[in-house]
Amino acid sequence: MTDFAEAERIARRVRAHAIRMATGGGCFLGASLSCADILVYLYTHVLRTSPSRREDPTRDYLLLPKGHDVPALYGTLAELGYFPPARLSNHLSTDDHLYWHPNRAIPGVEFHSGSLGHLLSVGMGIALEAKISGGPSRVFVVVGDGELNEGSVWEAALVASAKRLDNLVLIVDRNGFQANVATESLIPLEPLADKLAAFGFAVAEIDGHHFPSLEEAFAVVPRRSGSPTAIVAQTVRNKGLPSIEGRAERWFVNLSPAEVQMLLQELEGSSAATLTSEPLVVR
Amino acid sequence: MTVAGAVTLPNDRTYSRLLAELALADPRFVVLTAENRAAIRDLPDKLGDRFIDVGICEQTMIGMAAGFALRGRIPVVHALATFLTLRAFEFIRDDVGIAGLPVKLIGGVPGFLSEANGPTHQAIDDLAVMRAIPGMQIFCPADESDLLAGLPAILTSPAPTYVRFNASQSRLQHAPFALGQAELLSEGHDLGVLAAGLLVPYVKEACDRLRDEGISSRLVNLRMIAPIDEEAIVETARRCRVVVVVEDHLLVGGVYQLVCEVLVRRGLSVPVLPFGLDGRWFRPALLADVLDHEGFSVAKLIERLRRAHRSRTGLRSSEVVDVHFEPLSSVSNGRSTP
Repeated sequence: MTDFAEAERIARRVRAHAIRMATGGGCFLGASLSCADILVYLYTHVLRTSPSRREDPTRDYLLLPKGHDVPALYGTLAELGYFPPARLSNHLSTDDHLYWHPNRAIPGVEFHSGSLGHLLSVGMGIALEAKISGGPSRVFVVVGDGELNEGSVWEAALVASAKRLDNLVLIVDRNGFQANVATESLIPLEPLADKLAAFGFAVAEIDGHHFPSLEEAFAVVPRRSGSPTAIVAQTVRNKGLPSIEGRAERWFVNLSPAEVQMLLQELEGSSAATLTSEPLVVR
Repeated sequence: MTVAGAVTLPNDRTYSRLLAELALADPRFVVLTAENRAAIRDLPDKLGDRFIDVGICEQTMIGMAAGFALRGRIPVVHALATFLTLRAFEFIRDDVGIAGLPVKLIGGVPGFLSEANGPTHQAIDDLAVMRAIPGMQIFCPADESDLLAGLPAILTSPAPTYVRFNASQSRLQHAPFALGQAELLSEGHDLGVLAAGLLVPYVKEACDRLRDEGISSRLVNLRMIAPIDEEAIVETARRCRVVVVVEDHLLVGGVYQLVCEVLVRRGLSVPVLPFGLDGRWFRPALLADVLDHEGFSVAKLIERLRRAHRSRTGLRSSEVVDVHFEPLSSVSNGRSTP
């Protein structure tokens, strides 16, 4: 059985990075912590890429179209040597490019995002190009579940299936939330796995915080020859911080320095923190 | 600025053949379409898996084109100009524009070329939206030979580019193409005429006929809208006391406003008359009828240019304003009557 202790340690450090980025202007902590385990698992166990392979045309690609969760990506890339972790302290500084959405000025970021529903099709272009040129690259696109409201995702899904892009993997960070409201109370997505299957994807539903489940999900890509893969990863907003796990209003957070320390201690197993900082509510 | 008359192309050249030729010589090219093969029917056979039809999915096509470009390819994408520039606008802006990727956007039946399709198909705002994307080149060929003259440089330049596709036949002999340069079609000093796209050959004929009446025009083909050939505009304003801008586009964000911006920025004050669409859709019909109805047939252009010329020879400034040919009853609400 695979030992995931190192991946778990990295994931904890990535969460700590995200918490430290959630001050002095704040960040979208909820989605960052829901997808942290997925990103760490992909970068440590699945993606055939590395800091030295950033220009290698045979590498695998990871795209992060929802973008809000970029602190988790910044943290993962820093932990894996794409840039020094000290650089993360530049978050939101005009001297750097570590802002609220991913961009290619950050080593390891393959493409920028921000507007939802774009990068499945960008990933499909990469995947189809790799097929045409006979390359081994695979493309992993981590979408948010709220993002699935966008019609462009489903338009792209139709085409991904039509073009038989079995080197394409769509991962849904199924944390159950739009911005401040549960997906099922606004625009219900269920039965999501069935919908993706009906669009021609080979689908698996897993626990997105459980490394053995992630291992099983990504052990064989494609899951079905000639079909794109979809992994619906059940996750929890703000996973790792029980005081704010699954909380609708703790989507974007801007913590006081004292709250950062409390949450860092909570992450390490201390008692739950009580936040008094103003939540960002858009709805 | 380049001067017309220097290049002749073999008669059998078409857009499709030239694109195939370029693509077969350079494996970086891939051709995409959102199920519109009108201009590229023979390419699937020639290009094999480098021809990709994504179906009626303009947004997905643009996203995929960005992905192809990230892998070092030069995607040449095809759709009707309205659906390409408007439905997929944010994909063009975000995925192509922000990244500055060499995606070539070929917009079919722009402007009056949408003929009888009606307002949904009238790309008369395409220049406005494409101009708003930093770094976007815009090529606006006057006819098929202009299109073919510019195509190699446009497709191999590193910038994202919108091509206002126009393969209309005309008798114009074009100058060699250079990125960012306009083409001087005739020299004169009575009227400065700046035109772009489909209307250029009609304006050329109108100007030639006026020359017989003793009115000489300096006619410039603004082949590229971005980057714009500022010197060609400035020089025309300096030589002629009246400038006319001819376009099958809304005045908002189109060539007229671009010319005015250039002249104001350069401190030149001359009357600039718009021959374009002033806040309304054009009347849908077959092309010849559209041109006549909207005032862009050769006969109507002659009348309008003659009037513009009279304005520089002593009429009061209030009479400089060009007259639109649309009856007032149908333009008062900003829409064409159905």
